[in-house]
Order: sequence, then C-alpha cells, then structure tokens
Amino acid sequence: MSEYIIKNGKVYDPKTGLKGDVADVCIKDGKIADKVSNKAKVIDAKGKTVMAGAVEVHAHVAGPKVNEGRNYRPEDKLFTYKPTGKNTRMSGGFSIPTTFKTGYEYARMGYTTVMEAAMPPLYARHVHEEIKDTPIIDEGAFPVFGNNWFVFEYLKNNEMDNVCAYISWLLKTTKGYAIKIVNPGGSEAWGWGENCTTVNDPVPYFDITPAEIVKGLLTANEKMGLPHSIHIHSNNLGNPGNYTTTLDTLKIAEGVKPNNKFGREQVLHHTHVQFHSYKGDSWANFESGAKEIADYFNKNKNMTMDLGCVTLDETTTMTADGPFEHHLTSLNHLKWANVDVELETSSGIVPYVYDPNIKVCAIQWAIGLELGLLAKDPMRTFITTDHPNAGPFTRYPRIMKWLMSDKSRQAMLKGFKNSDKVIAATNLASIDRELTLYEIAQMTRAGPAKSLGLYDTFGGLAPGMDADVVVYDLNEDKIKDAEEIEKAFSAADYVFKSGTLVVENGEVINNGNKRTLWVDAKVPMNEQVERDVQMKFLKFYSMNLNNYEVSNHYVPNPYVIEVDSN
Amino acid sequence: MSKTCTDVICPFCGTLCDDLIVTTDDEGKKILNVENACAIGAEKFLHASDHSHRVTRPQKLQEDGSFKEITYDEAIEYTAQMLANAKKPSMYGWSSTNCESQSVGHEIAELCGALVDNTAAVCHGTTLIAVQNVGIPSCTLGEVKNRADRVIFWGCNPAHAHPRHMSRYSIFPRGYFTGKGQKQRKIIVVDPRPTDTASLADVHLQVEQGYDYELLQALRAAVRGNELTGDIIAGVPKEKVYEAAELLKSGRFGVIFFGMGVTQSLGKDHNIDAAIMLTKDLNDYTKFSIIAMRGHYNVTGSGQVLGWQFGFPYSVDLSRGFARYNPGETGTIEVLKRKEIDAMFVLGSDPGAHFPMECVKEISRLPSVAIDPHITPTTAICKVHVPVAFVGVEVGGNCYRMDNVPIEARKVVEPPEGMMTDEEFLKAVLKRVKELKAN
Amino acid sequence: MDIVKLTLTKVPELYLEAENITPDHFAGKTAQQIGELHVHLGNTTAKISDYFTVEGKGGATAADTKIIISGPTDKVKYIGMKMTAGEIEVQGNTDMYTAAWMAGGKIHVKGNVDSFCAIGMTGGEFIVDGNAKNYLAASYRGDWRGMQGGKVIVKGNAGSDTATFMNGGTIDIGGNVDVHLGTHAEGGKIIVRGNAKGRVGGQMVKGDIFVLGQVERMMPTYILKGEEEVELDGKKQMFHVWIGDMGERHGKRKGEIIYGKIYVPSGKAEAAAPAARAERKKKLTDKQLEQVKEAFKGQEPTVQQVRTYIYDTFDIDMKPMQVSRLIDGLKR
Repeated sequence: MSEYIIKNGKVYDPKTGLKGDVADVCIKDGKIADKVSNKAKVIDAKGKTVMAGAVEVHAHVAGPKVNEGRNYRPEDKLFTYKPTGKNTRMSGGFSIPTTFKTGYEYARMGYTTVMEAAMPPLYARHVHEEIKDTPIIDEGAFPVFGNNWFVFEYLKNNEMDNVCAYISWLLKTTKGYAIKIVNPGGSEAWGWGENCTTVNDPVPYFDITPAEIVKGLLTANEKMGLPHSIHIHSNNLGNPGNYTTTLDTLKIAEGVKPNNKFGREQVLHHTHVQFHSYKGDSWANFESGAKEIADYFNKNKNMTMDLGCVTLDETTTMTADGPFEHHLTSLNHLKWANVDVELETSSGIVPYVYDPNIKVCAIQWAIGLELGLLAKDPMRTFITTDHPNAGPFTRYPRIMKWLMSDKSRQAMLKGFKNSDKVIAATNLASIDRELTLYEIAQMTRAGPAKSLGLYDTFGGLAPGMDADVVVYDLNEDKIKDAEEIEKAFSAADYVFKSGTLVVENGEVINNGNKRTLWVDAKVPMNEQVERDVQMKFLKFYSMNLNNYEVSNHYVPNPYVIEVDSN
Repeated sequence: MSKTCTDVICPFCGTLCDDLIVTTDDEGKKILNVENACAIGAEKFLHASDHSHRVTRPQKLQEDGSFKEITYDEAIEYTAQMLANAKKPSMYGWSSTNCESQSVGHEIAELCGALVDNTAAVCHGTTLIAVQNVGIPSCTLGEVKNRADRVIFWGCNPAHAHPRHMSRYSIFPRGYFTGKGQKQRKIIVVDPRPTDTASLADVHLQVEQGYDYELLQALRAAVRGNELTGDIIAGVPKEKVYEAAELLKSGRFGVIFFGMGVTQSLGKDHNIDAAIMLTKDLNDYTKFSIIAMRGHYNVTGSGQVLGWQFGFPYSVDLSRGFARYNPGETGTIEVLKRKEIDAMFVLGSDPGAHFPMECVKEISRLPSVAIDPHITPTTAICKVHVPVAFVGVEVGGNCYRMDNVPIEARKVVEPPEGMMTDEEFLKAVLKRVKELKAN
Repeated sequence: MDIVKLTLTKVPELYLEAENITPDHFAGKTAQQIGELHVHLGNTTAKISDYFTVEGKGGATAADTKIIISGPTDKVKYIGMKMTAGEIEVQGNTDMYTAAWMAGGKIHVKGNVDSFCAIGMTGGEFIVDGNAKNYLAASYRGDWRGMQGGKVIVKGNAGSDTATFMNGGTIDIGGNVDVHLGTHAEGGKIIVRGNAKGRVGGQMVKGDIFVLGQVERMMPTYILKGEEEVELDGKKQMFHVWIGDMGERHGKRKGEIIYGKIYVPSGKAEAAAPAARAERKKKLTDKQLEQVKEAFKGQEPTVQQVRTYIYDTFDIDMKPMQVSRLIDGLKR
C-alpha cells in the first residue's frame, strides 16, 4: 500500500488536541503512522485544513423505504444526473440519491463512515444489498427495536436476560450495529391506525408504555455493553408542544452510567432533536423550544444528540414513525407511502417542500441551528439533517457555514417573508456564537465516532487509527466570505479512506474498499428465546425462520465489532 | 436413498412461498418430490429437473430458419458485439432471475447506453405509475395475516394466479389478532366475472367491465358520505356501493389486493390511483393497506435493484449516459412499436408470447439474443438463444416478494453439466463489453 | 428579431433528441456556432449541422430569436424544451416533448405533435395546428405540479391524460379528447370544443373544464348543480354545471367548499352510454382457418410463423397459446 505524507496543513483533531496547529499527517498501510519513509507521496496542505474523515451518525441512505422513496419520486431525479465517469457509475437524484451517488457525495464532502438509521429486520437483506452497492464509505445499520413484539413481551414480564439474548440474536441475524428506537410503541399502535404521543400512552394490546420500552432497552444496552447507546427518535415527533415529550424521554436516562469497553460516555443518543423541540400548541403559535432542550442537555452529560437541521429545500421525509407520515400527508396532501412490517415496525414516506416563505418552515430552520449553538459541548452534539427528512446530506457544508457565520444566519433571518414573526418565535437572532473549525471537527468527527464506540478507529488522526483523512481548501484565519466555508466542505481537495486516495480535487478517483460494520454481541445461550423465536416465526411471521438471516455474502467485506456480553 | 431440502423458495409467482420441501436423489441431480407447493410451483421444479427436453447449449438462428448449436463463447461474443455496437439497445425481462444477475445486467446496460425494462411494462408498471402519482399505504403480508378483518380482491383471481396466497396470508390463516381465521374476515371480490375467488366472497361486486375507475371513485365518495349521480354505478346498484363503503369503514384493519384486471384494463394507472386513494381515505376512519398482486417471482426485485442503482423502477433509458424514465416513451412496447431501438436482449421473460404482434415482428427483425432455460416463443424469434440454469432450482440468489420483502432463493439441484447461470453468462458479456468499449 | 432557419436534410435512423433547439441556446450565436450544438441519437452524439442546414443567426437574446424549422421532423424530440423566450415555428410534425417544461415565448407547430408535449409547462404559448397525442400539458411522472401557466392551443384532437395535475393556465382543444381529461387538476381552465371520451375531471380538486360537444358518460361522482350563464369566447352562454369530483378532497373558501366544475352547453344531451369496454376474444372465421391450413400445407410451421402469418394476413393478433392450439387442431 502507498505511503503518504500530508505536509504543513492546519490540522484540526480533537483526538490529538490539534486546534489548527501546523503539522504533518503520515499514512502507511491504511493507518495513520508516526512517520513514513522517504518514498511517501507528498501532499502539500499549506494553508489548508486537515481533518479526519467525518462520521455520519444518522441518515436514511439504504433500505426499503429509501428505495421506495427513490422509485416513487421520478421527479426528484429530473435534471440531476451526472453521467458515467472514468471511475464512477452514473449517479442522480437530489433528496434521495442513488446508492452510487450516496457514496460519491459523502466521500466528496470528506465523510468516510455512515450509519443507516433505521433497518426493519425483515428487510435487512435489502438494506445490505444497497449498502453493498454504495461505494467507498464504511457503513453500518441500526435495526429498529422500539416496536418489536419480542421486546414488548420480555419487558412486560421483566425478563432482562431474554431481552439481551434476543437483541444479540437480532443484531447477528440482521448484521446490525445498534439499538434503534423509533416512536416507541407508537409505530405498533399505528397497526391499528393509532399512536402513542406521550411516554405514558399504553401500547394497544401489549400492556406496556413507551417509557417502559425506552428504559428497558437502555438497561439492556448497558447490560450488554454495546459500542453505541440506544439511539432514539422519541414519541410525538413534529408536533407543536412536543418538547415536553422529548424532555420526558431524556429524563428516563437521568443518572444512568454508561457501561462499555469502547470509550462511549453516553447512555442515550437522541436523534434529529430539531423535530422534537417545538413549543406552542398549534401551527399558529408554533415556536422554538430549543432553549429548554439545550438547557436540559447541557446539564446532563450522559447523553448525545444530533441536530436534524432543516435546510429549506424540497425533500422527501421518511421514517419508521408511520403515524407521523400519515399526519404529514393530511397537512400537505402530497403522496403518501406507508409500510407496516409484521411484528417489528411501521414506516412512511411523504415529499415535503420546506419553503422559506412559510413561517413554520423558517422557524424549523432556526431551531436546528439554535440547538447547535446553544449546546455547549460539541463532543455531544452532531450535525445531521436526518437525511433526507430535514434536507439532503449534501447540504451539510451549508449548515457548517450557518453555524460558523452569524452574518450568514442574520442575512437568512432578514430575508424571510415572515421575518419578524420568525425572529419573534425563535432565539436565533440573539445568538452570535460562531463555531470554530475545531468545534466542527468535534461535531462531525470525534464526537460521533466516540458516541458510536468507534473512537479508537475513526474520527481522529492518532497513529494506529484508520487513515481516513481529508484536506479542505480552507484557511480559518483568512476566511473573507462565509461562502468559502460551504464551497470548501462541498468538495474536498483530498480524501483518504483507509489509506486509499479516493477523492482528488473534489472528484472521485477510486471506489475504495468499503466495509460493513456490525456488532456481534455474545450472550449466554438462551433456550427460552430460541423457542420463542421459533414459535413466533411458525405462527405469526410470513417468512420461515431459516430464510430470515442475512447470509454472509451480502456482507462481503465485514468489519465486525465483537462484544463479550457474558 | 434421497436428500431433503427444507425452507425452499418457490420461483413461480410473487407470493414467493418459502416453505417448500424438495426431495432429490442422493446425488442432488434429480428432483423426486416437492411438498407444500401449489400445483404450478411443484411442476416448475419437476419440469426443470427433467433434463430430457432441455436445450443445454446456445443455438443460433440460421438463414434457413433452423437453429444450430454454438458454444457459450460464441454466444458471449455475439451478445457483447451486438450490445456494444448498437446505438440504442434494449435489455428487457429481468423478472425471472435473481437480483445478482440484474445488477450485472445493469452495468452492461450502463456501458452500452441501453434501455433497461422489466415485465412490469406489461403488468404492474401502471401500478408503479400510480404510486408515483399518489403514493401507496401498504404493509407486509404478515400484517394481513395477523390483523386483517376486511380483505378485498379487486381484478385478481388468486385461486388461479397465486394459489397459496389465500391460505398463507389473506383469507384463511389464523394470526395474532385473527385467531378465528376466515370467520373473522369479510371478503369482498370486485370482478366482472364469477371467479373461483369470488365464490369465497361475502360480497361480490360485479363491476361493469372497464368501469373500475368510476366504481372506485364512487366508493370514495360514498366513504365520505357524498352524493352520487345515477342509480346504477358502473354496473353496481347505488345502495350496494354505500353498503360496501360502510363495510370497509367498519373493519379494524383492511387490505385491498389488486391484479391485472385493473392494471391493464381501460384507465390503467388511473384505476390503481383511485384504489390507492380509496385506501388512503379509509385511513381517516380505520386502518387500511393496499398490495399489488405481482406476477413473476422477482419482478419486484428488478424494480428494487433498478431503484437503488438508477432511481426508477422500470423502463429506464440509459442511452444518454444518464438515467431517464417515462413509460409511454421508454417502455419496451413503445420503443418496439416506434422502431426506436436497434438491438434486443431478453432475459427472464417471454415477450414473444406477451407482446403485441407488431412488437414481436420488430424483435425478429432486429439483432437479438434471448436468455432462457426453455425454448419459448421469444427464443424462437431471436437470433441467438442462450439456455441457462434455473434460478431458484439450480442456482440461488436474492428475490423480492410482492410486498417487497427480500428472500434468498436456494439451489436444490445441479444444472445439466456445463450449463452457465444467468449471472455467469452476464459477467462474461460484461467483461467482453468492457474490452470492446475500451478500444 | 433575428431568424434562424433549420432544414432537416435527412431522416434520422432512430429518433433525434434536440433539446438544444431553443431560442435560449441559439441567442448570440452565428449559423456556424448553432450548427456545432449537439443533438443525440441513442447513445451517439452528433451536431445540429449533421442533420440540418442552418441559415441566419440568433438574436442578441432569446427574446430576439426566432427559429423556423422545416423538413421531415416527425422523429425529432425535445424541440423547444425549457425555452423561456423567443419563437419557434415548425412547418411539419414533431415528436415527443415538444415545448416540454416551456417557461415563455411561443412555439407554433403546423403539423401534429406526439405525446408529452408541453409537460410541466409554466408559461408561454404552444400552438398546434394538427393533433396532439397523449399527456399533452400533463405533469412529469410523479410530479404534482403539472401545467402551471401559459396557454396551449391544439386545433385538432388530443389524446388521453391531457392536463393531468394541471394547476394553472389554459388549454384549448379544437377537436375531441380521449379519456382522462384534467385528472387531479387543482386549477386552470380547459376548453374542449369537440367531444370528451369520458372520465372527465376524475379526482379533480379544483378547476374549470368546458366540453362544448358531448361527454361520453359523466363520472358518477359529478353532480348536476344547475344552469349558469358563463362567458366563453367573449359571449355569454348557458351551461349545465356539474360539480365534483365528489370522491376527492376539496378546499374551502369563506366556509364554502370549492369543487371542480364541468360546463356542458345547455341542450346537449349526454352521449348514449357506450357498450362495455371489453375487448372481444379474437377468433378466426372458418374461411380464414381454411386459408391458414392451405398456406402451411405439408409443412411443420412453428407457432411464431403461423402467428405472424395470421397477423399479416388478417390483422389478428393471437396469443401463442391460441396459435399452438390452432396448430394442434389443424393437424387433426
């Protein structure tokens, strides 16, 4: 493998504590090295920004609902296509790009590891087929557990060992990475057209509440010592006044200490918090609850969050929160797709146009940024758009610009049609904090890697770590116009993935050697769970148990994280 | 002595039953018995295993109209040359093969600037168009089994086309919330004819042929409690329309299954559009889903792979180096009728039997290759026929059920000696195309 | 205004894609520069000058440019796609997507046009002297934003699915239209001066449709609201007004529900209900059977040979299964 030395760049790396210091980064055998031989290829990064490859903690990039989104939105592809290139397949789509475009665009922005946020276990094979066809980036997928009948029954009966055994089995069977919870209980209730909008709404017929589901899965996660914490999208997403539900959910984790060998310090990750930080009781008096959420979050150090920033684009919403999408289609009357998955989850898709001239959309935009600016610890606060829900991931550079430049935010605020109303309903106009590049590195590299339990491998530039390195044409000391930030982060000068140069001058030159991350959590054999699984497949599933497991050839280049949960 | 293979997937229809038990001889060469499958599925296995009628090497059409055996290498060369030299080749079929082969085929298509289309073009493509217009509230088949108490079959006849559908998922099974099985369900069949499925129905609405759209919209109006014009609506008395609407609203979980009776009759996508909107409307009152009765066992998979690679489910035109989609223009029937293509490649389908004669004649005029385990009306008119191993019998691979659930097909017996699989053949063509395009 | 004259000199072997033929692309260019612009045929790229002779030059801006196209342009797609200003005049027929996503200016086709013309149109004027095929001024697949503005005038007939998801603008059809007119419309105005084949205004949320001839079987979800005097073509006329689609959602204005409206001139009776829309099974007469028998006497024809013969001789498209049975019958 080639050796490289990236010379004289301004390095931003929380792992080694470099805050824009001029330093050299060496790459050897796919890893970051102390030094390299004189045969190493030299890359001159003078006056440029050097960071580790970015880590995406939450995006919908592969699987049944993503693909339904692609297939049912031909208009999303119109005039977006990039033809076949020397090293690349043709790629297209705006809010829901094809798998090829997904890989290329993440890589061009310097993202090298991406987590698919919701995998319905019954469709796991589909998720892995798409991951296999997404070039360059390493990927993992979170199976959904929050509406699973096994989980409901074991938790109701307080059978924690069985919960753990089942989680272990399902992670292995689906080649999954972490415990995802989406609208706990609510998506099962949607099987009857109902919902759970508070943490105490009982799930129909299952005699359990969302709070009990979250608490139970959180306990199991720490008992098993998994690399990531529970990853939650709480109840009542997208409704005015929902910030109280969000606080109720966060409180479940209060005081719980993490247990794992991966350096993870949180016990709960709350995703796309923007959608959960709404005050008011109708769309008429809708306002930001970002301050309340951020205050709580700042006080409680055992949790992390990602933002879910609205980017004011036409996009496609998609979530395992089935009832929410039904609610959304009744508001905007656009096409609604829904899939309820037997014993496991539901999901829905609706296109959405975040129009800057609509007051609610502009307030949503402000809330996402407020959260990013009010949260005091960038190591616990990650940039996302809940791709493609609040906007496509290709807009991350724009969000970085907004977070780094008060001037660009104020210009947006002033430009809205309902400017006065938006300013009155939010705090953003009075926040002048401007994030630094070091803080951006924390929010997009070190922080997410640490929260996923991967900080020994990804998200940093210490020797021995995977050589995922990015060089951006940006000099923090000489930024004249905030647009430079967006431009630089949109297309990196150089991107290395595991030591292979995959992007040069903003263009993909190599398809890399992508891996699939999954977690093999070893727990004691459990005959009860084996019997239950067999019984449920025999009676209630529409597929035979022996055809359920994702076989290894769908994961041709695995990166298995082994956990001894005994 | 014999060997038994369990949990075998049936490569016949979109129901994709995965509980077959296949018994083979000791060497794993001949299939002796197939359990759990319907008559058609069982026949598919037994027929494949009877090698006496199989063509095992490619053959090429001669000037006198006869076919002459050629080697696989010659077939690969012909196919690669044909595709690489064409200005706008069409690669059609893909529904009776696995996703792995589809993926290789797409790469060839991308390199050659081809049209890629699957059998949805003559089947449920109209459904896909309707979904693009209005979405689709749906669920997996297990949800139907566990919850459904209102089941509608509209323009489909599973008793014949999807024989095990009713017992596995829709009418008879006892699920978690449906312990009493059929007794707990109300079955509604909408069909102009008294079919075998209709004989199982609690309510049979005999719609006037070609007026499904009117009836569906009338049902939507009735669900909303609105007025209707006329005493007989599309062949059904007005009171019966209102009664049916009440029956649908009174259920706790309903599902509409629909088939070619609505997708290919007058109005096509509009019929499905209205059926989907009826389903959506009913979700304001109770829970309702709608599922297309997809035909070929992996036509759904073709749509999925096309979807994640190019963003469109069928009729994808890659000729300009980027993907475009517009059935009515890029569909295989249209391009054949309009003489818009200059080469035809068929795999996993039989357009020679299902396309209009105008198109069949055009295929026979063009340079053409058909990949199919059997001799079919398509192989009879193509210049080269390449026989291959049976997917789901002699080779495994991923397939998608009608509700988009992926199931990996199994290999149960060996193909006749020396036969290539779809995937192997396509990979060889891809390799050759790459060489040709490099020059 | 500067004029560019394009004359197609050879009929393309397949179909030609010519989205570069717009005043926007021609403005500021000489004849030679225009000739260098690309056209596409399948996976090959050619120049406009490979197919057309080019005379004249583009104006300073699109608005100052007029393009006159002559020759056998039946197989040319995408003329005037996305044009924003200026003029195009086509002497003959054009193929699909003429005036697609047109935003301004004027296109006049003196012959016929094929399907998907003026889809996604937002402004300008599109005039066809002959007939238009299907999906005239409809939305692109999946898009809920169909025609949003501008004017489409077709002097002949239009095909099915005209004006799907129409949101604004005007469509004026001189002749008849096929089924599914104004489906999902949520605004705009459609005038059909001939007859409409049925399913008029299906799933319409809002908008006006005038059918001056007959409507073949009004949707059961339209209700006759009464008679109203409405101005059309500058004169007031009496119309029967139907409101609907009763199966669709509708908005409210000042507490009143706004429906889609279909206007049919008073005194025009509804067309007699047509026969069931069934396709009859195709069978050969005894005489035709004899002829087939004679043609293949003493031969062992394949199914496709017999099928082709029947199609060519009697214009009957039989399924291979049917033909196979027929051959078995003939043998006996």
